[in-house]
Amino acid sequence: MKKFAPVLWLCIVLCFIYVPILLLAVYSFTDATTVGAGINGFSFENYINLFANEELRDMILGTIALALVSATIATILGTLGAVGGFYSKKLTKSMLHSANQIPVVNADIVTGFSICVLLIVLLGVNKDTFIPLGVGHVVLCAPFVYLSVLPKLKQMDNNLYEAALDLGASPAQALFRVVLPQLVPGILSGFMLAVTLSLDDYFITTYTKPSTFDTISTYVVNATKGGQTEIKTALWALSTLIFLIVVVVVILMNATSSKRRKENKNAEI
Amino acid sequence: MKVRFNRKQLCIPYAAFLILFVILPLLVIIYYAFTNGEGQFTFDNLVAFFSSTNTIGTLIYSFALAITTTLCCLAIAYPTAYILARSGFRKKYVLLLLFIMPMWINFTLRITALKEILTAIEGNIAAYPFINSVIGMTYDFLPFMILPLYTSLLKLDKNLLEAAQDLGANKLRVFMRVTLPLSVPGIISGITMVLLPSMTNYVVLDMLYNSTYIMGSLIGSYFNGFEWHSGSMISLILLVIIFIITLVTNRFSDKDDNGGREVIL
Repeated sequence: MKKFAPVLWLCIVLCFIYVPILLLAVYSFTDATTVGAGINGFSFENYINLFANEELRDMILGTIALALVSATIATILGTLGAVGGFYSKKLTKSMLHSANQIPVVNADIVTGFSICVLLIVLLGVNKDTFIPLGVGHVVLCAPFVYLSVLPKLKQMDNNLYEAALDLGASPAQALFRVVLPQLVPGILSGFMLAVTLSLDDYFITTYTKPSTFDTISTYVVNATKGGQTEIKTALWALSTLIFLIVVVVVILMNATSSKRRKENKNAEI
Repeated sequence: MKVRFNRKQLCIPYAAFLILFVILPLLVIIYYAFTNGEGQFTFDNLVAFFSSTNTIGTLIYSFALAITTTLCCLAIAYPTAYILARSGFRKKYVLLLLFIMPMWINFTLRITALKEILTAIEGNIAAYPFINSVIGMTYDFLPFMILPLYTSLLKLDKNLLEAAQDLGANKLRVFMRVTLPLSVPGIISGITMVLLPSMTNYVVLDMLYNSTYIMGSLIGSYFNGFEWHSGSMISLILLVIIFIITLVTNRFSDKDDNGGREVIL
């Protein structure tokens, strides 16, 4: 009986988190247009609409492309920054670290607005070039890549780099063949974080995007203002799909990481 | 002349990027906040903000909403994180994932789901703007509060708790005198993750039909009206608030902290 209350609490919180998402998932397979209405029959109409509607398809593909491109650039920049900063003098290092913290603690809305004022208002960069949008998303993501790579640098054995040099490797070779491979887990998790941050962003996107381009966030917000039920219920399908993708990715990552942990353990023995 | 490769030089692109697109924009914001359309220096934007009852009301409403949301998140997240961290469950890590997984689903879609439920329960959701906004923000930010709390509670040295018990403290006393003080860094980190976004994330309010402005809505409306100077002043005021929060929280928080936004691999 002692354990009953904590379990009940966890169940209540889980209900609060998942009931809206799961109920929306159930209704996405019906022809109902409001949640809570009676279910007359099941249909895949919403899912067909999601891929048949050109506007919706472009919006989804655009969001994914933006996330992948900006996360890739952010990963390269952030990793180089972390490696270079780590081996720099104390002053450079701490200045780089402080500058890196600014977008992390700053509100997204201020970051987005300030980039908009600098690039679009002051310098007159055309929004339609996607440059302000790309810059905004890289500013959003790169600091978190930097923060993911840094701990791996601290854990690394510095003698390995020196040993590579002693054995005749050039500094560049030592860096790419010895240092970089050890940073891969940090770089990968930084990249994943960058992708999720970019996918979730609303404010930076709104203030820097070309007027005809929409990401999932800006599209959903606009759609809730409009009254098109067909779009509304198609977005339920999108929400359900994203939920399923997240579940699958989390399970896969957990499986691979526990496998890796086991391998590490065996290697130690 | 051949420039010799030095690994320190690798940070040059990133440093240049940060100067150009992080520091420079903030300087431009400060410049715009204190100038008018003709580019003349002026305090008008600052005076306009603090002399209008509308904008002061917005500031107060933002704080009220943000503090209520933060307290709600804390009230839900602390017991959850505590149970998860202290449970004897063998794979508590997997259980934690269940609670923070929504973090990776687009927030506009999650708020859409919440809105449908609230509409089904309440009928006209516009009738309860404040409560619905608090529910919406809590729903949005809860995972960001659970994660840092869980991390700090997990790190807690079990020997300290046992020592306190052996020395005669009852369970409540152990919690109040040992567990709670030691989890302060987690609480602080969670608060910073929730407090600031709930002052600025006006999309949650818009989607739940709350037409009252918060600080973020002001920037949004100035953006739509091309009023860059007034918008910059609001951004600057937010920056000052952020700076103060950071100064206060830095005294309590852990050093190696990326604000709870870590991906778990």
